Formats: sequence, C-alpha cells, structure tokens
Amino acid sequence: MIVNEKVALEHGLKKDEYKKICELLERTPNITELGIFSAMWNEHCSYKSSRLHLKNLPTKGKQVIQGPGENAGVVDIGDNDAIVFKIESHNHPSFIEPYQGAATGVGGIMRDIFTMGARPIANLNSIHFGSPQHKKTKNLLRGVVHGIGGYGNCMGIPTLAGQTSFDSSYNGNILVNAMTLGLVKKDKIFYSKAAGLNKPVIYVGSKTGRDGIHGASMASASFDEKIEEKKPTVQVGDPFTEKLLLEACLELMSGDSIIAIQDMGAAGLTSSSIEMASKGNLGIEINLNNVPTRETLMTPYEIMLSESQERMLIVLENGKEEEAKKIFDKWDLDFAIIGKTTKSKKIELFFDNNKVADIPVNILVENSPMYDRKWKKAKLPKKIKIKKKEINNLKIVDVLKKILSNPNVCSKEWIWQQYDHTVMGDTIQKPGGDSGVVRVHGTNKAVAATVDSSAVYCWAHPLTGGKQVVCESFRNLVSVGAKPIAITNCLNFGSPENEENMGEFVECVKGIGEASAYLKFPVVSGNVSFYNQTKEVGIKPTPAIGGVGLIKDYQKMITMDLKKVDNIVLVIGKTEGHIDQSIFARNILDEKNGPPPEVNLFNEKNNGETLLKLIDAELVESAHDVSLGGIITSVSKMCIKGNKGLNLKKPKYLISDIEYFFSEDQGRYLIEITKENYKKVIDILNKNAVHFDELGIINEDQLYIDEKSKITIDELKSSNTTWLNNYMSN
Amino acid sequence: MKSSVITFPGSNCDRDMDVALKKFGFQNKMVWHNDIDLPKSDLVVLPGGFSYGDYLRCGSMASKSKIMKSVINFANSGGMVMGICNGFQILVETGMLPGVLLRNKYLEFICKNVFVKIKNKQNIFFKNIDNEILELHIAHNEGNFFCTNDQLKEINDNEQIAINYCNENGKIEDQFNPNGSIENIAGILNKKKNVLGMMPHPERMIDKYLSGEDGSLFFNNLINNIK
Repeated sequence: MIVNEKVALEHGLKKDEYKKICELLERTPNITELGIFSAMWNEHCSYKSSRLHLKNLPTKGKQVIQGPGENAGVVDIGDNDAIVFKIESHNHPSFIEPYQGAATGVGGIMRDIFTMGARPIANLNSIHFGSPQHKKTKNLLRGVVHGIGGYGNCMGIPTLAGQTSFDSSYNGNILVNAMTLGLVKKDKIFYSKAAGLNKPVIYVGSKTGRDGIHGASMASASFDEKIEEKKPTVQVGDPFTEKLLLEACLELMSGDSIIAIQDMGAAGLTSSSIEMASKGNLGIEINLNNVPTRETLMTPYEIMLSESQERMLIVLENGKEEEAKKIFDKWDLDFAIIGKTTKSKKIELFFDNNKVADIPVNILVENSPMYDRKWKKAKLPKKIKIKKKEINNLKIVDVLKKILSNPNVCSKEWIWQQYDHTVMGDTIQKPGGDSGVVRVHGTNKAVAATVDSSAVYCWAHPLTGGKQVVCESFRNLVSVGAKPIAITNCLNFGSPENEENMGEFVECVKGIGEASAYLKFPVVSGNVSFYNQTKEVGIKPTPAIGGVGLIKDYQKMITMDLKKVDNIVLVIGKTEGHIDQSIFARNILDEKNGPPPEVNLFNEKNNGETLLKLIDAELVESAHDVSLGGIITSVSKMCIKGNKGLNLKKPKYLISDIEYFFSEDQGRYLIEITKENYKKVIDILNKNAVHFDELGIINEDQLYIDEKSKITIDELKSSNTTWLNNYMSN
Repeated sequence: MKSSVITFPGSNCDRDMDVALKKFGFQNKMVWHNDIDLPKSDLVVLPGGFSYGDYLRCGSMASKSKIMKSVINFANSGGMVMGICNGFQILVETGMLPGVLLRNKYLEFICKNVFVKIKNKQNIFFKNIDNEILELHIAHNEGNFFCTNDQLKEINDNEQIAINYCNENGKIEDQFNPNGSIENIAGILNKKKNVLGMMPHPERMIDKYLSGEDGSLFFNNLINNIK
C-alpha cells in the first residue's frame, strides 16, 4: 500500500504531523511505520495537548515511591508494603459496545497494576451516563455494569467503591473510568525500563487477533453518526485468561528473571515495545513471525496495531527462558521469544525475512508532537439572587424526599450488588460508604479508597471545581478514619481543539494542582481522555479523582451509620448557605447558573486533620462528609444506614432553614459522638479553631426537623432506594 | 484435622478458604487441579471462582479435571467433600450431587448477605450447630438450583436439603429467595450426607469486621464434628 498524505490523514494524523514524520525519517514511511506513528502520536498515547499542563501537577511526597510515567503510581504504607494504583478511562469503547468496553477497561487497569508486581486488592469505578430519559441510557448503564462485574468478579478482585452520575451532557459520550489498587512489597516492584543488550524479549498471554486495531486512535477522535462502524475497534475481554496471566506473572515475579515488564494496552505491541526501549535507551528487534496469532495471514501492520487483551511483553535475563516458559505452560498461556534488545536505539521489525519497519525510538517518543493549545479563561459566574419568598414556601420534608430520590443522590445498590465486593475476605467497608476499605492481608493496616468527581462545579467554574474534587476525595478518606496519601486522576474533557473545552482542562488541572499541593495529597498517576464529544458538543468537564488513604489500625475505622440513641450529632465546618450549583438549586429551583461553592483550602486541611485527631483518640462513633444535597441529605443517609432517627435543630443562624439544610458549602463533616465525650470533643475542636454546630440528638426512628415537621426513617429509605430499582426494572 | 483445597484455573476463593480453614484449626494443603493424587485429608473443599472462566456450563470443565477422579473416589469411600459456589456447581456437574444450577432468575450477579435456615442437622456438616438460622454471604451469577420433579421428590425423601434461603426469622418464602432456586434451596447433600454443595460463602464471614461472623460458627462446628 502506498503511503501519502491522504493515507496519513485517514490514520488520524494531521498534515503537519505527517510532514514532520517524513522529515524525521528523511523518507516516506511504509504502511506499518505509518500505523506505528499514528498509534504513538495520537492524543491518547502521546498526551500532546495535555503534557504541557500536566507537568505542573505536584507529584512528589514523603510516601511517593513512583509518580506518573510508569504503569501506575506507587506509595509507601510502611513495613515494606506499598500500594500501586491508577485510574484509566475507557469512555469511547464503552459507548460503542458497553459490555466489552467497560470489561476491557477494568481488565486493562488491573494489568497496569500487576505489571508492577502487585496483586490487585480492590477495584473502583466512576461511571457517568446521559439523562435517564435518553433512549440509550438504560441499556448503556446495564451493559457497563454487567461488563465491570463480568470482568472484576471473574478475576476475584473486590469492587469496593464507585460513583455514578447522570447528566444530559453525557447523552452522546458516556464516561467509564476504572481504578485498581494493588499490594506489593517495596523491594519487589517491577518497572518497564529495559536494560542490557541481547536480552530476550518475550511475549506472554493471549494470542494476537484482529480486535481493537486502531482502538487508541478511535479514542482520540470525536463521535459522529457513523459511530456504529467503529465497533470492530473495541477489544474483546477474556477475564479468565487474565486471571491466569495474573497468577503466572506473579509466580514468575517471585523469582529474579525479569528485567522489565510492560502490559500491552492501548496501541498493543507498538507502544509496549517502544516504551521499554525508550525508557532503557535501547533498541528492540522483533521477528513478527514469532508473535502468537489467533488468525491466519495477519500482516505486520495488524500485528503491531492489534489491541487484543491479556498480553504482556517481558525482557528476561539470558538463560531464564526455560524456567519462565515452564510457568506459563503450567497456566496454559502462550509464551514466545519474539526478539531481543539491541544497541541500535531503533525499533526494527522483521516479517518473512524482510525488514518491515526501522524507526529510531527517540523520533517516536521525544519528538512526538506537543501542542500549546489556545484556551479561554472562565469567568467566575455572578451569584444568583434567590427569591426568599419562593423558597420559604417549600416544605423541607418534601424537598428532602425529592433530593434523596434524585438519580445523582439515590442509593446505587442496584449497581454495586452486581459486583463481588467481598471476595479476598478483607473488605471491611462495602460500597455505599464514604470510601471502600480493605485490610492489608494479615496485618492491622487497612487501605481506604474513593473515587469522586463534580462535573457541575467544574462546568460552572473549572478552577474551583478542580480544587473541590480533590477536597472531596480528601474528605471521603478522612470520614472513614484514613489518612489521605495520594491521588490518581482521570481527566475527561471535550475537544482540546475547542478553546473553551481546552480552558476547562487547563483550569481544572490548575485547581487539582493547587489543592493537592496544599493538602500534601500528590498526584501519582493518571490518564487524560479528550474528545468526549459528539459532533461539536463536549461533555461537562469531568476530572475524576481517585484517592487512597491509610488506616494504621483497622479497628479504628469509622462508618457513617448512626450508632446509638441519645448520642449527639455535630456539624464540623461552617455553613454559609451557598445554594448556587447545589442539587437544590438545579433540581428544585431549576436554576443552573451561578458559581460553585467556594473552596477554602485552609479549612479543608484543618477540619480534616482535626477530625482525624478525634478519630484517633476514639472520640467519634460515626462520620460522614457533607456533599450533594447539604446537611440534611447527608444526615438522612446516616439515619438510613444506621436505622435511627434524629431530633434535628437548626442553630440560630442568619441564613434561612433551606439555606442551612441544603447548601453545599465545602469542608464540612457530620460526626456522631457520645454525651460522655462531648466536652473532650469540643475542647479539641476549639483548640484547633474548627467551627462546629450542634445538629441534634439521635432517636429511635424519626427525623424531626425543628419540631415543625417529621419523617420516618422508613420513608427516607424508600425515597432513597426506589428510583434506580424502578428505573432499571421498567 | 487435615483438609485439602483444590485450585482449578480460574478458582478465586481458594486463598480465602485456605485462610478460613487454617484459622479454625485445619492443617490445609492447596492441591493443583492437574495432580492425580489427593494428600491424606479429612475434608476436601472445592472453592468458589470461575473455573475455566465458566465459559461452558459453570463447573463442567473443572468436573473433568484430573484431580476430580480422586475426589470422587474419596467421596465414594465416605470422605467429606464440600463445594462452595463454583465448587457446588462442579459437584453437580460430576453427578456427585443431583440437579443443576441455572442463571439467577433476574439474570444478574448478586453479592449480598442472606439468611439461611438449616433444614438438616443429621449430618457431619451441620450437627451440633445451636442456631437454626445463619446469616451468610452470597456472590454468584448461577445459583438457581433446579431439578426434575422426580429428583426433587428423591431429595426430599432422603432429607438431602441442607439449607434454604429465608428471612431473619427463618421464614422460607419466595420473596427471600435471591436467585429463583426451587424450594429456596441454598445447599444440598448427597444421599450418604458426606458431600455438601452450597452457594453461600462461609469463608467470607469469619470475623466481626467482615460482613458477619456466622461463618465462624460453621467452621468451628465443622472441625469439632470431624474431631
């Protein structure tokens, strides 16, 4: 096939990028080489629009062992234990084929984790769908949930926590972000950097088929009406083979024969081989005839661009081939020596005794395009003047019921009951709490994890929204008694070629950076997903933050269910009455304008750290952060979980009842304490200059609101649990 | 007391079972599916998971594994065999237990706590348990027990039903049946009562920080019964 500019454009490359390729090679690339360039230089693999901004993120910290740039980030949790974790998007494939798209998203992120030598111990996910009324939403939700469960359940890794939202901006572009945590010994971490000459390059796992060819390029383009034609670019997952691959890799890793290991994810054999060569400053030579293939007559182009799942590339020590092969034979997996490391610093491919590609590695990696895209700064919207009269006529109980049954607030049990969340026998906090918690097997430690996003806030003001998501992640960890360690981010945005979308990206990243630097909550891994748009319409900016924290003594873990009648509930943090962009404003008043709640990083840090002190001193019975729907929504969830009521009294504030109960001011928590500990708790809060209100006393079964109105816990529960069940069964 | 847990390709509750058995005093050995001989055991456990991916009928590939010949011989000579979840499916596929396990009625994987009522205490697995009702945990996609009317009659006549799904008060009704099983069956025994298959996972309920502790009750009782 003749390569020219037209063919290059069909591969998703831009005119000037094609020109640059010809200049760097000093010749026209052949079709295999062009395919390799298109795979390496697309947005998904090259981060060409985002690199410039991502490098400003804080990535270092006392506990950080490995920051961005490897398969996943690694943090130290003491006693020679480390946690490896990362979040990744699989948005485009999941919209085209929800089951396989979501399943292979989960499979891909788990591979990233065990590639580093870690056994996966928890999966999380952040999934976002269009309006519930949209004709595709129900099937997409069902397909994605089945896909996530189908893969994770079979692998035997608990799906611990997640987040689901609905918003019409995702009608044509759903988001599926999958996160995995793995546990590894600090001195047994594996990296992707090749080293040494003439070392055998080994291919293990599934055979290579024609599925997923150009998957990464597809994920770097917008959708249009021809989207159905892209189905063949979606990979097909086989969790059983991945389970075998996991066990075989960990078995091989317990020895000392591996120099470098890299999974074949986006852009398959192409990116894995180039990555290993580039990091090791070496060349790699591959004989493509030795690659195990599933179909006959596959061309070098197809072999290099296939995104077949469950495959790994390993650089072995010389002489260890037989020993390694034995392990993969035991697990019935393919094992093939397909090449070797060379000093050429080139990627050289052979097929039927012909050289079919010959590219210097640095051209593909260091010389890949980087753009300083134009972007537009977002103004902070003006505050909306809420008509007091309008809201004073509302009955709090009615509003509360409506908010509890809102698709974005309601219980997601229908979803997480389909995920095995207890396998491995260490799950001590199930989905539905502030964070999921698993014990570090055989120790007193536990790891907490949460995934969060606030697209509405980010859309209203990206800088504030970016900060807010990091703070929310921090709060969700603190609420279970975990000390926040680090985050991973999945940055889902529209087209970087659109100045407004690019502006949203730049400012969200800036906000994430500011908050994570202030909270000493560094970013250790992540992924960018652009072009989440159909035709010209992009999604709301949706950076998803995956947070990880440590509980040193798991017996001190906190849950959100109210524990005992007569205990006291306090609100930590000040309530200013910020209604704009709240679920109350958007769903009750139908008001979509105004700024998101302000983020005060000092208060976030101080309030969170003070709460951790209280928890450590065993003065807290239950805790929950205040988020969507404000104080009353959050306390209702504590009531529902604990099957207890509360005599709720609004403190004498200047703001109205509605503002006090439904505003979404940041930096707040609800905590339950005993009467005996009241004085001790107040002293600590005062000493640390933390504002608090007394909210009420726990009772058997009713939520009383200022003695003016009441609702039973059963009613609250049914408001909270019926929507999703009904929606999915109709 | 000696136990053996068989690991098939795709088993994923094998480690959890190992942890549980050891916690309650068994000397446990892990046995690879391709082995021919069983180590000397008082109890053999087929753990949960997705053996061979369950791409064919669940458990059918594993039922033809090399080690299964020894497991069948062991059971035929009176040895105690217990299959949990996928292990139950494998036992059914070998014919050691009657019936089949179909997909859950609502076609969805279910992971949650359930209550079961012990129907038959005249066997080594459940005798001496004081409780009538246990809170256990299920996590499966194919736990819908089904059999022919003749088989069902035989199962009942021989008192082979071990546990039924119920509510916290022990009421066995359709609404407390999570997966559509005939007569709310959650676990059954063979005629000789030395082979037990059940969908719930007692190994996930072995300390108070987990979903519950009734698994501890089960294992404690089990090891005392075998002694």
